[in-house]
Amino acid sequence: MANLELRNLNKTYSSKVVPVKDISLKVDEGEFLTLLGPSGCGKSTTLRLIAGLEQPTRGQIWIGERNVTDLRSGDRNIAMVFQSYALYPHMTVAENIASSLKLRHLSKLEIRQRVTDVATKLGLEELTQRKPSQLSGGQRQRVALARALVRQPDVFLLDEPLSNLDALLRERVRAELKQLFKAQNTPVVYVTHDQTEAMTLSSKVAVLYNGNLQQLDPPQRIYTHPANRFVASFVGSPQMNLFVLSCRDNAAWLGNFPIPVPLPTVPPQIVLGIRPENVCLARAEDTHTIQGQIYLVESLGMQNLLSVRVQGAPELTIRALLPAAWQWSDDIVKLTLSPQSLHWFDAATGDRLF
Amino acid sequence: MSLIQNLKLVHLPKSKTSNYSHLLLSVFVLLVAIFCLAPVLWQLLTSLKVNADISAVPNVYIPKRYTLAHYTELFTRRPFLNYIFNSALVSITSTVLCLALGAPAAYALARLRIWGEQVILAGVLIVTLFPYILLFLGLLQVVQALHLGNNYLALIIPYTAINLPLTILVMRSFFQQLPRDLEDAAKVDGYNIQQILLQIVLPMTVPALVTTGILAFIFAWNEFIFALTFITRESLKTIPVATAQLGSSSVFEIPYGAIAAATVLGTSPLVLLVLLFQRRIVQGLTAGAVKG
Amino acid sequence: MQLDKIQKREQLTGWMLTLPALLLLLLVFAYPIGQAFWLSLFTKNLATQLQPVYSGWNNYVRMVFDGRFWETMQNTTIFTCVSVFLELLLGMGIALVLNQSFPGRGIVRTIAILPWALPTALMALAWAWIFNDQYGVWNDILQRLGLIHTEINWLGEPSLAMMAAIAAEVWKTTPFISILLLAGLQSIPVELYEAHALDGANPWQSFWRITLPLLMPQILIALLFRFAQAFGVFDLVLVMTGGGPAGATETVSLYIYAMVMRYLDFGYGAALIVVTFLLLVAAVAIVSFLLSKARNSKF
Repeated sequence: MANLELRNLNKTYSSKVVPVKDISLKVDEGEFLTLLGPSGCGKSTTLRLIAGLEQPTRGQIWIGERNVTDLRSGDRNIAMVFQSYALYPHMTVAENIASSLKLRHLSKLEIRQRVTDVATKLGLEELTQRKPSQLSGGQRQRVALARALVRQPDVFLLDEPLSNLDALLRERVRAELKQLFKAQNTPVVYVTHDQTEAMTLSSKVAVLYNGNLQQLDPPQRIYTHPANRFVASFVGSPQMNLFVLSCRDNAAWLGNFPIPVPLPTVPPQIVLGIRPENVCLARAEDTHTIQGQIYLVESLGMQNLLSVRVQGAPELTIRALLPAAWQWSDDIVKLTLSPQSLHWFDAATGDRLF
Repeated sequence: MSLIQNLKLVHLPKSKTSNYSHLLLSVFVLLVAIFCLAPVLWQLLTSLKVNADISAVPNVYIPKRYTLAHYTELFTRRPFLNYIFNSALVSITSTVLCLALGAPAAYALARLRIWGEQVILAGVLIVTLFPYILLFLGLLQVVQALHLGNNYLALIIPYTAINLPLTILVMRSFFQQLPRDLEDAAKVDGYNIQQILLQIVLPMTVPALVTTGILAFIFAWNEFIFALTFITRESLKTIPVATAQLGSSSVFEIPYGAIAAATVLGTSPLVLLVLLFQRRIVQGLTAGAVKG
Repeated sequence: MQLDKIQKREQLTGWMLTLPALLLLLLVFAYPIGQAFWLSLFTKNLATQLQPVYSGWNNYVRMVFDGRFWETMQNTTIFTCVSVFLELLLGMGIALVLNQSFPGRGIVRTIAILPWALPTALMALAWAWIFNDQYGVWNDILQRLGLIHTEINWLGEPSLAMMAAIAAEVWKTTPFISILLLAGLQSIPVELYEAHALDGANPWQSFWRITLPLLMPQILIALLFRFAQAFGVFDLVLVMTGGGPAGATETVSLYIYAMVMRYLDFGYGAALIVVTFLLLVAAVAIVSFLLSKARNSKF
């Protein structure tokens, strides 16, 4: 058992194409790390660098005490599940699962034992003699998992393994995945652009953007304390309200309404963030209140998503999640922004201030 | 006028199929079929007629007597079995060689980032346009220098080469469609490059190899100018050359029946290939040409 | 940029996989052309007892005053242009028909590629037989239809022989064009026609505004291939007419072949090859230029 460490990883194709700029991170035994980010953020390239399918331009990759940067993929003792599953179409399920073991010249007996074990664990016993083309999408996905598990590798890599499943199946397999990898005391690196997967599966999430690591934290903290403006806007649905506001008298002005800034020195401009679910209807005793005009109500079933034009700044729209039971008579609504759920970011750098 | 009507059919494939346009389409289809088949069928009919019917004026379209005499003559009085063997040997060998050389090259050009890839591709594209007449003089000298005259190799080598560009283009477009993940998965599993090529890629490549092989075989079987120039010994000649020379072999009378029978014999393997593999031939041709 | 290890490994494997094919291509394509360039500067014929004697540009000067060369050039040009033009029209028509749905379409599509797959030399014999003056079926059909009253010697009259050769060529290679165009037609989304029809366009307008522009790349590719092949036509004419009557159907390639194989004038033959090659390269360059323009204008 060993941990996985990336040290100052960089991949440069040309001066303009630098998918991975400088990424350092560590995944411990039994940890489930998700690389999360929009397409083109460098998450897949990072995974391919770890797998040895690409060679880093700079930086090192360590698995335990081994520097594997220059090793061929096959010699790194890693297992990878591909988005397309990449099952060998001309081999049966059993042959697919056994292929890496055969290459390691394990005894026939042991190969059979391990293949049977993993097939049983994933409920594939009945399918071992089929070809991939005779399997359903969910079954193929499990074969791909089995092929990775049977290796008993030092590191598991998973590249969007759920994205080819339909929505219903995806939720079930997600839960199964969590169970499965909890039992493995091995670092797991999981790539996805789906924040729900990242939130539910991982023990740690690395948010990537533009080839750089934006934040590396447990999922809950990513949600409650986004490290910068990008993370704040990328994680959470509906998206966080983000406003660039001017400051006067130790407060940022949202239209006609001052919001006190909890900083020793207040910059002339600041970015205020608040999640729609933290915007509530104002009660009499509330202090941080604003007023505005409702111009759009979208029903999400459990809740209504309101879009409100802030008084004094009609170009600003704040979105609020309100219980579906709420009835409104007037177009004008009074809302409260609870102070403990406000996020403040630097207007220039986007970094979190408070 | 006919084109306009034709277009109407293109335009609304199903909704407005009135009887009129239906009929028109049938007529066009029939014309296409007749246009393509008539010369072949006429040759077939000629080959089965007795000599009196062949030289009858006006022509006999529905003969009362049929004969296989022209065919038996080819095998008894002339070495046609030999010609067929030569054509088959040369075509099959060169096809196999062409696939063996062309498929790896196509893989490299599709998958591996090699230096000069664009130049190689451009070169391959350009040579597909070379008429063979431009090559025969230089090749003749190669053949003479290597003492390959009247040797199967004098045909096998150029046939392999003339089919290489098409093979490389068709196979390359196939490899580009092949999901890369499979090869990556194989690398992670620990296969080395030779194992990936032989154990993972090759089994998936069989259909494309068949497609390309059929095209290469057709081109090799049909080739004329090299076979005419490099082979002069009767026993080594291929079918197209031998048949073309049937007419000039006898001074007094042109053996129309024998020529027709030889044509039928020489074309029948290809007719068979087309009937069996029409779809693949079309795929291969379009893949090869459109990539250019 | 420094190549990393994975790239270096790829380079090496790539070259090892490509090299055998590349060497063979060089031997069979590049060497003969290069050799022709070199030999064209020498006189090598029966007068020099087949030994190469350097003669500079003599062969090319001779070509300028060689009336037979210019005649064959003219024949080849007529043959190429007329047949490619007819093939394009006919090929487009056939592609449009085959793009319809009708019972037995698979069989008709199979039949429609048959002529392309058959050996040219053999089908040239078949066409020579069809155009035979005494027993030919073409004369018979025309007589039965009452269009002619005496048999026409198709292969014996200069202008008629050219027409006969073109007919055979068109028959043999139209399928190649229809295959390409049909593939192009199938790649045009039906929605485009539907949208255009909703806009009020009639089929004739759709053909000009949608089908033709979107088919342009395929048309140009077909033209490129066919032009090069028709320009080098050899077996068809050799077998059907032998270049006759009186040289009326002698194409450049037949002339080159005769120069080398009959008159054993290798130096002059090489010069003919060089000039044909250069003309072809120029023509191909023009068409590919148009092709790249047509492709770029699409995006």
